[in-house]
Amino acid sequence: MDPVHDPAFVQLLTPEGRRVDHPKFAYTGDDASVAAHLRAMVLARRLDAEATALQRKGELALWPPMLGQEAAQVGSASAVGPLDEVIPSYREHAVALAMGVAPLDLLKTFRGTHMVDWDSRALRFHLYSFVIGTQALHATGMAMGMRFDGLVGNADPAANGAAMVYFGDGATSQGDVSEAFVFAASYTAPLVLFCQNNQWAISVPIARQSKIPLYQRASGFGIPAVQVDGNDVLAVQAVTEWALDRARRGEGPTFIEAFTYRMGAHTTSDDPTKYRGRDEEASWRAKDPIARVRAYLRSTGAIDDTWEGHLANESDALAERLRDEVVSLPEPVLADWFTRGYVRTPQALLAQREEFVAYEASFVEEATA
Amino acid sequence: MSPTTMTLAKALNAGLRRSLEADPKVLLMGEDIGRLGGVFRVTEGLQADFGPDRVMDSPLAESAIVGTAVGLALRGYRPVVEIQFDGFVFPAFDQLTTQVSRLRFRSHGRLSVPLVVRIPYGGGIGAIEHHSESPEAYFAHTPGLKVVTVSTPSDAYWGIQQAIASDDPVIFLEPKRRYYARGEVDGGGVPGPLHAARVARPGTDATLIAYGPMVQTCLDAAEAAAAEGHQLEVLDLRSLSPLDDAAIIASVERTGRCIVVHEAVRSGGLGAEIAARVSEACFLSLEAPVLRVTAYDIPYPPAKAEHAYLPDVDRVLDAVDRSMAY
Repeated sequence: MDPVHDPAFVQLLTPEGRRVDHPKFAYTGDDASVAAHLRAMVLARRLDAEATALQRKGELALWPPMLGQEAAQVGSASAVGPLDEVIPSYREHAVALAMGVAPLDLLKTFRGTHMVDWDSRALRFHLYSFVIGTQALHATGMAMGMRFDGLVGNADPAANGAAMVYFGDGATSQGDVSEAFVFAASYTAPLVLFCQNNQWAISVPIARQSKIPLYQRASGFGIPAVQVDGNDVLAVQAVTEWALDRARRGEGPTFIEAFTYRMGAHTTSDDPTKYRGRDEEASWRAKDPIARVRAYLRSTGAIDDTWEGHLANESDALAERLRDEVVSLPEPVLADWFTRGYVRTPQALLAQREEFVAYEASFVEEATA
Repeated sequence: MSPTTMTLAKALNAGLRRSLEADPKVLLMGEDIGRLGGVFRVTEGLQADFGPDRVMDSPLAESAIVGTAVGLALRGYRPVVEIQFDGFVFPAFDQLTTQVSRLRFRSHGRLSVPLVVRIPYGGGIGAIEHHSESPEAYFAHTPGLKVVTVSTPSDAYWGIQQAIASDDPVIFLEPKRRYYARGEVDGGGVPGPLHAARVARPGTDATLIAYGPMVQTCLDAAEAAAAEGHQLEVLDLRSLSPLDDAAIIASVERTGRCIVVHEAVRSGGLGAEIAARVSEACFLSLEAPVLRVTAYDIPYPPAKAEHAYLPDVDRVLDAVDRSMAY
């Protein structure tokens, strides 16, 4: 079903770049803010393309491309406030950048040199999660804690915060995600459950996973829901701001289904030609999240060739720096990892570390003997 | 089928195909196993040939995959489910340990769960987190489950069919780093029993006990040791629950030395169980303590450190030297 004909579907910027009104939601930013979104989306897409290329050259072990989901991520991330917590899945590269994760840190995990090497507490952007749906419960618990800590419903909006968790359409089949809906509703958790429905769980289409539009599931849990054009950065921001504000006011969780499309493979190990047609990809290419913003800003005169030229240079510089940095990452040293599993490393594990270090050293001795 | 050389993945595919042909009650279910043929292509072409009702692409939910397979099994089907990666089996852990393993016991022996859970497992492929785990000890520690693994295309071809024929539930562990290793499969050959160990290389000086991905590592170590005059026996366990005690004891009594090698972490692993059994049964034959060559007791590290984390030929030979020097 094409949700554009669903009256509940929120769209504020058409694929052609035309602003349209919605009875409930409006984008309140000016064109400079829209241009900032364009910049964020272009840079994120460039990072994504560069990471994909680095994997092809053997410099990354794997990369889950975000191509096509820039608006869902940039739009939602732009609604995040200074006390909010963001709990990602593993494809939220544009959200990561918006939350201050260094591009190199994002790639470290996928080069295989690090686990997840950003300061999740300082950035309020938590660890990527690779077991599908597990993070939904963590986010719910964090939101419960924020409520217990008095971070919701304060008269001063600046004293309020909420949590937002990202997951995909595939994750909605996991028990953990349904359980998160139950707990979030039970405890009036200040939580936004943000689902990027990119239509495919690797090779399994959304039709196999749900017989109704995903957003309609939420009502069964007593959670209000919105389906938004996930390729419309303005609509996504407007909807997410509303949902986060509800949460911060103490009105409980909201489910957002951002209707979008994974233009690339599930990961660089995947081959989508085995399970989906080019026609489908082409129809979504026509709804590109970046093209419509560019068309709009060109039509208003807010951006011109000079502006885009600067952005292209910035984008090239990002890619170049990333290439250099990634190949220079040091190899991990196993001995370092023995003391990272516990607050206080047990004696027996320290002994294993000594055994390992002595064993490694024996090769050096042999080589120098 | 005349003797053919094929990869371990292809051998599994051929074995699954034969089971699907032989018994209309055999069903396959899992994430991406149908149209895509599985992320490792083990089920490639099976949905096209047997239809989407017998080779089912499931929604993304491992607990549901295993839990509904229990119901199918109770209705007389023989489900063969795939967990996409080792690290993703844990959402199904409740079903496996509290239900699959116990339905027979709870029903006073009236019910059977003829279910096979295929799990690609182990590391060495440069993967990201949760894609290189060796969870076998959890399942071997669970009474009511059978746990088997394979190290050769021939065992893969026969083992998967034997597992499907088993009336008890089987955790079927597939060493993903050996999926593309080639070997001969003789479709006319009579297979050994599912739970029998196999002497992969005879020897006299020490027994290397291994399974799955580490069998080849131990064979390589035995080859290297032979050049230095040590004849190592390599015992491929094939079955982790039940263990083939007779084969383990016979080998260790012959060689007097025992080294267990596995990718899983050391503490509470299969090596500990085997060491206990060997010390109980072969105490007077032992020339040295049973040694273990395993991963260290930390979670799986970043992939670029896995070479130091996993047992390799050098670490096996180091243990052989220590055993010999004892």
